[in-house]
Amino acid sequence: MLSRIAESLFWIGRYVERADDTARILDVQMQLLVEDPGIDEGEACLRLLSVMGVDADGRQPTRALLLDVLGTDPTSETALVASIAAARESARRARETLSTEMWEAINTTWRAIPSGRTSTMRPPQLFAWAKERAAVIAGIADSTMSRDDGWHFLVLGRSIERVDMTARLLSTAALSHGPKVAWPTTLRACGAYEAFVRTYRGMEADREAAEFLLLDRLFPRSVVGALNRAEESLQNLESSGRRSGFSTEAIRLLGRARTELEYRPLGDVMFDLPTEMERLQRTCSVATDAISQRYFATVGSVSWMGGLA
Amino acid sequence: MTRFADAAEVLKAYESASARPTYDEMVVGGRVRPNYAAVAGAYIEMGPDELRTRGDALASSYLDQGVTFGVAGEERPFPLDIVPRLIDSTTWSRVDLGVQQRVHALERFLDDVYGAGEVFDEGVVPRSVVMTSPHLHRVVAGITSPNGVRIHVAGIDLIRDADGAFRVLEDNVRVPSGVSYVMTNRRAMSAVLPELFADHRIRPVSMYSGKLLAALRASAPAGVADPTVVVLTPGVFNSAYFEHALLARTMGIELVEGRDLVCRGGRVMMRTTAGLEPVHVIYRRLDDEFLDPVQFRSDSVLGVPGLINAARAGNVTIANAVGNGVADDKLLYTYVPDLIRFYLREEPILDNVDTWRLGDADAREEVLDRLDELVVKPVDGSGGKGIVIGPSASRAELDELRTKVLADPRAWIAQPVVSLSTVPTLVESGLAPRHVDLRPFAVNSGDEVWVLPGGLTRVALPEGELIVNSSRGGGSKDTWVVADAGDESEDSGLAPTYADPDGAPRDSGPAMGDGSAQEQQQQQQQEQ
Repeated sequence: MLSRIAESLFWIGRYVERADDTARILDVQMQLLVEDPGIDEGEACLRLLSVMGVDADGRQPTRALLLDVLGTDPTSETALVASIAAARESARRARETLSTEMWEAINTTWRAIPSGRTSTMRPPQLFAWAKERAAVIAGIADSTMSRDDGWHFLVLGRSIERVDMTARLLSTAALSHGPKVAWPTTLRACGAYEAFVRTYRGMEADREAAEFLLLDRLFPRSVVGALNRAEESLQNLESSGRRSGFSTEAIRLLGRARTELEYRPLGDVMFDLPTEMERLQRTCSVATDAISQRYFATVGSVSWMGGLA
Repeated sequence: MTRFADAAEVLKAYESASARPTYDEMVVGGRVRPNYAAVAGAYIEMGPDELRTRGDALASSYLDQGVTFGVAGEERPFPLDIVPRLIDSTTWSRVDLGVQQRVHALERFLDDVYGAGEVFDEGVVPRSVVMTSPHLHRVVAGITSPNGVRIHVAGIDLIRDADGAFRVLEDNVRVPSGVSYVMTNRRAMSAVLPELFADHRIRPVSMYSGKLLAALRASAPAGVADPTVVVLTPGVFNSAYFEHALLARTMGIELVEGRDLVCRGGRVMMRTTAGLEPVHVIYRRLDDEFLDPVQFRSDSVLGVPGLINAARAGNVTIANAVGNGVADDKLLYTYVPDLIRFYLREEPILDNVDTWRLGDADAREEVLDRLDELVVKPVDGSGGKGIVIGPSASRAELDELRTKVLADPRAWIAQPVVSLSTVPTLVESGLAPRHVDLRPFAVNSGDEVWVLPGGLTRVALPEGELIVNSSRGGGSKDTWVVADAGDESEDSGLAPTYADPDGAPRDSGPAMGDGSAQEQQQQQQQEQ
C-alpha cells in the first residue's frame, strides 16, 4: 500500500488510542483527588503533568488546569480533544481507504469538538464519551476492515500507543504514594478491575495489580499484551512483502522490551516502576522512528501550494 | 404540524414569486406539470414543518459523512435541497444524445488541433483562436492514448431557457467536478424520502464509478493486461478533495498525491510500503500547469517531474489528456455548432446560448452599446469569476468592463441574459422558485460515450441569483431521470439472484427461564 496511507493509518491507530488512554488517565487522577482528602492537589497535578510530558510553565497546577491541558483545550497538543482532531485529520488524508462507517465514526466524534459539545460536558461524562467513541471506532474498524497491511498498521499504531500510555498510567499510580485507592482506581479506569479480581480471586494488593497491568498475557490493555500485539502486526507486515535485506529494528526493540518485562523478577521492575516505565516510553518512541524509516520514510516532506481548480 | 392550507393557494403563491418570464419545471399556469404530480402531492401533504425536519436530517447526514467542499481552506457542507428535480425520459434522451454528440465533436477537434489541423485549413475555426489559447500545449502534440480518447470525462453545462429548451452554456473537458455530489445526493435523498422513491422509477447513478474505471482501463498503454489506475489529487486542501477521495474509494484504487509518484526510466511508479510499484493510468484532478515541473511550472510541488515524458514514451496514460483546455474555453464554445457540422456532418441536437465574440469588430460595437442588458464573461474564467451581468451592474462596473473589453477583446464574450428555469426549493418562507442549471457527466471509453442519467443540478439559493456556483452560495438538487417502462435495467450486473428461502433453524443461547419449577423456586428463594 501507499507509504503515505500506511502512515496515516498508523497514526489514526495512535491518536484514537491516545484519546482513549488520556481519558482513562485523567479519570484516575480526578477520582483520586476526590476520594483522598489527604492528597496535595498541587503536587499531584504537577506529577501527572510531568508524567504526560507537559511543562506546567509556572501555571498554578490545579484540577482545572489538568482538565484544560489534558482534556478540552483544542490548542493544547496533549489534550484529548486534540488527539481526536489529529485522528480525524489523518483519517481525512486516508479517506478513500477507510470504510464509510469507519470514516463517519471518526468524523462524528470530531464534530463534537467544534460544535462545543465537549467543552460543556462534565469531566466524568467527557471521559466516558471519549472511551465510548474510541470503542466504537475500534469496533467498526474491527468489523469492516480487511486484515490487510492497512489493518496491521492501524493495530500497530494502536498497540504502541497503548504500551506508551499504560506505562504512563502505571507511573501515575505508582507515584501517588500511600493511598490505598490508587490501584483499584487504576484497574477500574482500564476496565480491568473485574478481570483482575477474577484472576487473583479478590486478593487485592498493589503488587498484583501492577503485575496484572504490566504482564498479564490475556488482558488486552496490559503492557505485555499490547507489546505482543504490536510484534504480531510487525511480523505480518514483514512476511507479506518481498523486502529481505532491510532491518527489522522495530521488532527487535519491542521484543527486547517485552522479554525484559517477562523474564526479570517482578521485584526488580517494581523497585523503581516510574523509571522502568519511562524506559518503556522511550522504547516506543525509538520503535516508532524505526517504523517510519522502514515504511514511511520514502515520503518527501513537500507542502501544498494553494490556488488551483 | 402545520399543513399547507390549500394546494391551489400554495401554487398561486409559489408562481407569483417568480417575477421573470422563466420556465418553472414544476408549475405552469397554476397547475402542476404531470411528471411532478407525485412529488408535489407528497410535499403539500407533508407540510412545511415536516419538510424542514427532513431537510435538517439531510443537512446533518452530510455533516456526519463529511460531504464537503473547500472554500478558502475551510470545509463546508455542500447544501442539498430537499425538492428533487425531475426530468422525463423523452426530454432526457434528447439531452443524452446531444451531450454525446458534443463530446464526439470535441474529441475530433482535439485530435485535429494536435494533429493535421484540417479545421483551420477548411476555415471552420480561425487558427488564431487556438494559437492564442493559454491551454494549447505544443509539448503534448503526438501524445495519444492507445484507444485515442482525450476526453475521458466531460461535464457539459446546460440551462433551460424561457421555452423550457435545454441549451449548452459551456463545455468542461479538463477536470470537470461535481459527480461525487450526484452520487451522495441520491443516497442521502433515498434515506430521507424513501416513500417518494417508491412512487417513481428513477434511473440509478451508482454505476458511474464502474463506468469510469472501465473507461480508464480501456485507455491503458498497450500490452498491459491488468493496468494499475490511480486518481491524482492536489491534496487534502483542494476544494474538491472530497470528490477525489470518493472516486478513488468507489473505484477501489489508490488516491495519490504528486509526492507519492516518481518517474524512473520513462515509467511512473508509486511509493508503497513494499517499494516502488508501476502505475499505468492516471486520472488526474490537477491542472495541466501543475502536472510536471519539468515541462510546465517549475515551481509546482504538486506534480511529478518527468510525467509528460513517460506519457510520450507510451508508458502511462494521463486522463483527461493534457491540453484539452483548447476545446473548452468560452471563445471556442461559440464554434462548437460548426464543429459538429464539420466533423460529424450532423445538425447540433442541443443549441448554444446566443453568443457574441468580442474579438469581432461588429459584434463588439453592438455589445458595447448594450452592455447594460447583456451578460459579459471572460473566456477563460471559471466558477462565475469575472462575469458581469449588465442589468444588475452599476455604471462604474460597466465603465470598468468597457475598458477591459477594449484592452483585450479576444478575452471576452457576451450573451443575452438567459432566464434560467426554476425549480421549487425549500427556503425560509417555504417553497420558492430558484434558478437551476444542470451538469450532465459523460464518460468516454473509446467504444461509447456514456452519459450518467441526470447529473448535477446546481441551484442558486439567494433569491433572483442567476449564478449557481457553490462559491456564490449555490446548492444542489438530486436530479431524477424517470425511467420509461421500456428502459432496460441498469444495475451494475452484480445484483444477486435469490434462491427460495429455506432457512436453517436459528441458534439460541442458554435458556433464560421459562417459568419452570426451577425458575419459580429461584424467585421464591429471593423473596425470603
